[in-house]
Amino acid sequence: MSTTTDSILTAAPIDWHSQASAARRRKRYAQERNLRLAGLVAITIALGLLAILVGSLILNGYRAFTQTMIALDVYVDPEVVDRNDPTAGNWRQIYDDAIDRALPDETDAERRSINALVTNNARFLIRDRVVRDPSLVGETVRMNVPVSDPFDQLSKGLVQRATPEGQRRVSDLDIQVFDRLVAEGRISRPFNWGLFFNSDSRFPELAGLAGAIVGSFFALVVCFLLSFPLGVGAAVYLEEFAPKNRWTDFIEVNINNLAAVPSIVFGLLGLAVFLGWFGMPRSAPFVGGMVLALMTLPTMIIVTRNALKAVPPSIREAALGVGASRHEMVVHHVLPLAMPGILTGTIIGLAQALGETAPLLLIGMNAFITSPPGGLFEPATALPTQIFIWADSPERGFVSRTAAGILVLLGFLIVMNAIAIFLRQRLERKW
Amino acid sequence: MSIQPLPAEPVSGPEPSTATVRRPLDFEAGAKVAAKGVSVFYGAKQALFDVDLDVPSNAITAFIGPSGCGKSTFLRSINRMNDTIDGARMEGRIELDGGDVYDPSLDVVELRARVGMVFQKPNPFPKSIYENVAYGPRIHGFARSKPDLDAIVERSLRGAALWDEVKDRLDEMGTGLSGGQQQRLCIARAIAVSPEVILMDEPCSALDPIASARVEDLMGELRENYTIIIVTHSMQQAARVSQKTAFFHVGYLVEEGPTQQIFTTPQDKRTQDYVTGRFG
Repeated sequence: MSTTTDSILTAAPIDWHSQASAARRRKRYAQERNLRLAGLVAITIALGLLAILVGSLILNGYRAFTQTMIALDVYVDPEVVDRNDPTAGNWRQIYDDAIDRALPDETDAERRSINALVTNNARFLIRDRVVRDPSLVGETVRMNVPVSDPFDQLSKGLVQRATPEGQRRVSDLDIQVFDRLVAEGRISRPFNWGLFFNSDSRFPELAGLAGAIVGSFFALVVCFLLSFPLGVGAAVYLEEFAPKNRWTDFIEVNINNLAAVPSIVFGLLGLAVFLGWFGMPRSAPFVGGMVLALMTLPTMIIVTRNALKAVPPSIREAALGVGASRHEMVVHHVLPLAMPGILTGTIIGLAQALGETAPLLLIGMNAFITSPPGGLFEPATALPTQIFIWADSPERGFVSRTAAGILVLLGFLIVMNAIAIFLRQRLERKW
Repeated sequence: MSIQPLPAEPVSGPEPSTATVRRPLDFEAGAKVAAKGVSVFYGAKQALFDVDLDVPSNAITAFIGPSGCGKSTFLRSINRMNDTIDGARMEGRIELDGGDVYDPSLDVVELRARVGMVFQKPNPFPKSIYENVAYGPRIHGFARSKPDLDAIVERSLRGAALWDEVKDRLDEMGTGLSGGQQQRLCIARAIAVSPEVILMDEPCSALDPIASARVEDLMGELRENYTIIIVTHSMQQAARVSQKTAFFHVGYLVEEGPTQQIFTTPQDKRTQDYVTGRFG
């Protein structure tokens, strides 16, 4: 100590104005500038890529948020449909009458055009409406029915009229019929509620995300109910009660490794164990939730342990100091103080689970299912797998629906993360 | 700087003699806490060497010594707070009223209720002032009814000379009080479970001089009913408040005796150097 002090004091005084000293300082400033510049470039690139991603999704997807509809005047003839048993009625005839009214005096060719224009399922849509409300029998109702995909594309300007007839999916006559209906004010393009309230369908104009949203919701509930208590319990034991020895070190290393295991491995595990050994049903949200819980569990344990670690030791000592048992210390003081952190981590873990696709594919949650699941064991899809299915479908209308599905999924993720951030800021405690 | 070399570096210095200068106690009351050959280890490192010490009841005993001398370690082994540290191990015997504190059949929860503790940094629970004080009596089941509990809380806060300042805002957060008030709240929390001994680990080191003086006054009052052991870095504080002083150095109890004697006529050269401010 004393020798270094001596050497500095006896050395020649430092010349802060020398060339060498100035150059050295310039170099240090330049290093700082370069580092800052590199950071700026990195952030710009990252934000740019994000903007491209979201931008292309919106460009592709915004059209799916509206749907072209045709207004049909449906006369529910009491002679064709029995008020007491509307399901059994001759709905094809009712539908044909409605078409006649929409396009009076049509030729056979025009008739074929308008049949192609109205969605295939139109007569079932009419039937379902009347079954829901049998008082409509004997009345004339104006109903908005979706227009089939090629005409939806035409209405949205995705089919160029200048294209030679042979190269587009609608003929010149189709366009004439369409324009005539537009002129009569029968064509409208309202917000596409079907995207949220319909389930999957072979016809893009009828396909929606309801089944996937319900399926994802069920799977997440199962995932939460399994992974939250297990994860918090494991973390509390490891952090507060377990002795620190080779075994707990081993367990800790393995938990950290599990958090890094690719999710498809958990899917394979679920396929082999839950479906193979336990014989659980395919495509069920319950199984999906269990697989997602396996995947979320390590994350859950890690965030809970970090939240517990963040509670200062002085609080533990204070509790023990007045004679609280370890259990009372944990339950009365440490856990409540760690809860905001645990909840935040839980939401982020669940958001990850919501976006997870691979394990769900393996347990069959990518099936073609046309109604929302009524329970945890009924077949269902999930949001990411529904997007996967649509992305695989050839119809033009599924392109924009895929992008729209991704936007909906992103919307859910943003909401969940926003809740997490809100909770963190609201409940975070400064020590 | 013309610092003379430290008499004993913890690592390289000459081995201090283990012979403690002992003086007969001139207190009328018997020993409340008695340590016999206490050694404490943190893993392989020994932090305390063979300490023998009697702590008289209804008096304030001060532990002084430079940082790392083992005084806090010794204090924390009295209510077995060292148990919570991984790898901490203890040899020897500590008696509370003649009973072995480290008896495996002893209930640590009861021990810590009988031997309360106040920490260096005020550490109120992030709950209301009322809840801070009521927590101990509640878990130990002292209060049969809400009025009982209210009475205990009031008595404890009065005992800690805090009642008049907080009686109108018992629902406010304990963490919202000033540092000195927080420390008195912690004292109130400690005395709420009616301990026999109160351990204070540098209770004034995070407080300003005025708050320190209040806590010191409070200690003087508490001495009537409690046996108090205080670890302090401030020799003035030890001289002011304590009746008995024990000087620790690198894990050894060097000297103990009535406070006045330790500060005026220390028997050991190291004690003399320390209390006169030559090192430490």
